[in-house]
Amino acid sequence: MSEELPKVLKAAGLDVLSCMQCGTCTGSCPSGRHTGLNTRRILRDARKNRVAVLSDDALWLCTTCYTCQERCPRDIPITDALLELRRLAVKKGFMLPEHRKISEMVMECGHAVPLDEETKQKREELGLDPIPETVQKYPEALQELRNLLKACKFDKLTAEK
Amino acid sequence: MEKLSLFLGCIVPNRYPGIEKATKLCLQKLDIDVSDLPGASCCPAPGVFKSFDKATWLALASRNIVLSEKLERDLLTVCNGCYGSLADANIELKKDPELRECTNRCLKEIGMEFKGTAEVRHIIEFLYKEFGREKLKEYTTIQLDLKVALHYGCHLIKPSRDRNLGETEAPVFFDELIEATGAKSVDYTDKMMCCGAGGGVRSGHAAESLEMLEHKLACIRQAGVDCIVNACPFCHLQFDRGQLAVNEKFGKDYSIPVLHYSQLLGLALGFSPYELGIEQNAVQNIEFLAKIYEISAGLR
Ligand code: SF4
Ligand code: SF4
Repeated sequence: MSEELPKVLKAAGLDVLSCMQCGTCTGSCPSGRHTGLNTRRILRDARKNRVAVLSDDALWLCTTCYTCQERCPRDIPITDALLELRRLAVKKGFMLPEHRKISEMVMECGHAVPLDEETKQKREELGLDPIPETVQKYPEALQELRNLLKACKFDKLTAEK
Repeated sequence: MEKLSLFLGCIVPNRYPGIEKATKLCLQKLDIDVSDLPGASCCPAPGVFKSFDKATWLALASRNIVLSEKLERDLLTVCNGCYGSLADANIELKKDPELRECTNRCLKEIGMEFKGTAEVRHIIEFLYKEFGREKLKEYTTIQLDLKVALHYGCHLIKPSRDRNLGETEAPVFFDELIEATGAKSVDYTDKMMCCGAGGGVRSGHAAESLEMLEHKLACIRQAGVDCIVNACPFCHLQFDRGQLAVNEKFGKDYSIPVLHYSQLLGLALGFSPYELGIEQNAVQNIEFLAKIYEISAGLR
C-alpha cells in the first residue's frame, strides 16, 4: 500500500479519524456477538495504518447491517468504510473462494444463484414460465452483460492469482 | 413515474418463485401498472460485488436501471438486497457526475447510457407511501387471524440517510402494513437484528451466519407466533432453508413458517396458499398450512 489507509479512506469520503474508540459499534454488532469481528478494533487498525487489517478474515464477517453506522456518536460511515477496506483487500488479492465462485457464476449465467430443475418445476406448478424473464432467457442480454463485465476488467480482478 | 417494472433479481425467480407469483397477483389486484423487465440480471449482489469493485458494482446495477429507464418505468424490487444495491447505485450516480461519467464509459461499450430518469422502489416502501394501512385494508377480503414475527431486514431502512423512512431502532411503518391484513405484529427480542445472511457472510462464513440466525429464531420462538414475515428473499432463504440447517447443526427442532409480505398480503386479498407458493417452502409446518387454508376458505 503506497498510500496510507486513513488517507485512502478519506479520499473516498470516509473519514475515520474522528473515532473516539467508544466501542458503540462493537457493542451493537450482531456478528461480533457470535464471531471474531471487532468493529472498533478494525477502525483503530485502519486509523493507525496497520495494513495487516486488509488480510484480516474478520472484515468478511460483517453482514453490512449498518447498525454500527446508525449508532456511531461521531457519525462515522463505518459500514461504508468496511466495504472500502474490503475493496482494498480484494485489490491485494484477498478473496474468499466462495465469493470468487459467486462472481464467476454471475459471469457465466448473469445470476448469483442459477436456475435449477427443482425451481423450474415449482415455477410450472405456479403457472409461471419455467424460464424467468431475466438475462437467463435472452442470450444477447447475457452476452451484453459479459461484455460489460469485461469492460470493467472484472474478469481480471477475480482471476486466480 | 406511476409505472413500474418488476425487478426480480436472483433468489425470487430461481429459488422462491412463489414470491414472484404472489407479487404479481397482489400488484394486479391493487391495479398497479407493472411490467416485466426482460434481460435484467443479478442486481448485483452487494455482499460480493460492492465488496469487490465499485466500478463493476455500479456498471451492473446501472445496466439494470437503464433497462427500466428505456421502458420509462421506475424499478420495483421485492428484495432488500436488490433495493440496497440498486437504490444506492442510483443515488450515487445521480449525485456524483464523475462516477456517472466513469460508469457511462463502461456502459458505452454495450451501447447504453445512464440518464438518471428512473427511481428504485421497494414494495414495502411503495405500499406504505402510495397506499398506506387504511387504503390497503379496503382491498382486503379476508382478515388474517395470525400472529406474526415481522423481520424488517437491514437494507430496507438503512443507511437511513438515503432511505427517508424514519428512524431505524423501532420503526412502525411495516408493522402497519401487517395490520392492514388483519394479522398482529408481535414484538420480540432483537426484532431489528440482522438475519445473519448479508454482506457475503452466508456464503463465505456459513457456520457464523447460522449462529446469528439461531439467535434470531430463539427470540422468535419465544414470542409464540404463527409465522415469520419478511420483505427480502435473501432473509427468506436464510429463515427458511437456514432453519433446517440450524436444526441439523445445533440439534434443534424449529419449524417456524416463513412468508414474504407479498404472500401474506396475497392471503388477505383472497388468494389461496397454493397459488402463492407458500407450500413450496423448505419448512413444512402442516398445522400452519391447515390454519391458513381454513382462514382462506373462510372457516375461521
Ligand atoms: S462507534 Fe464510532 S466513535 Fe465509537 S468506536 Fe465505533 S467508530 Fe469509533
Ligand atoms: S454493519 Fe457490520 S460491523 Fe457494523 S454492526 Fe453490522 S455486522 Fe457489525
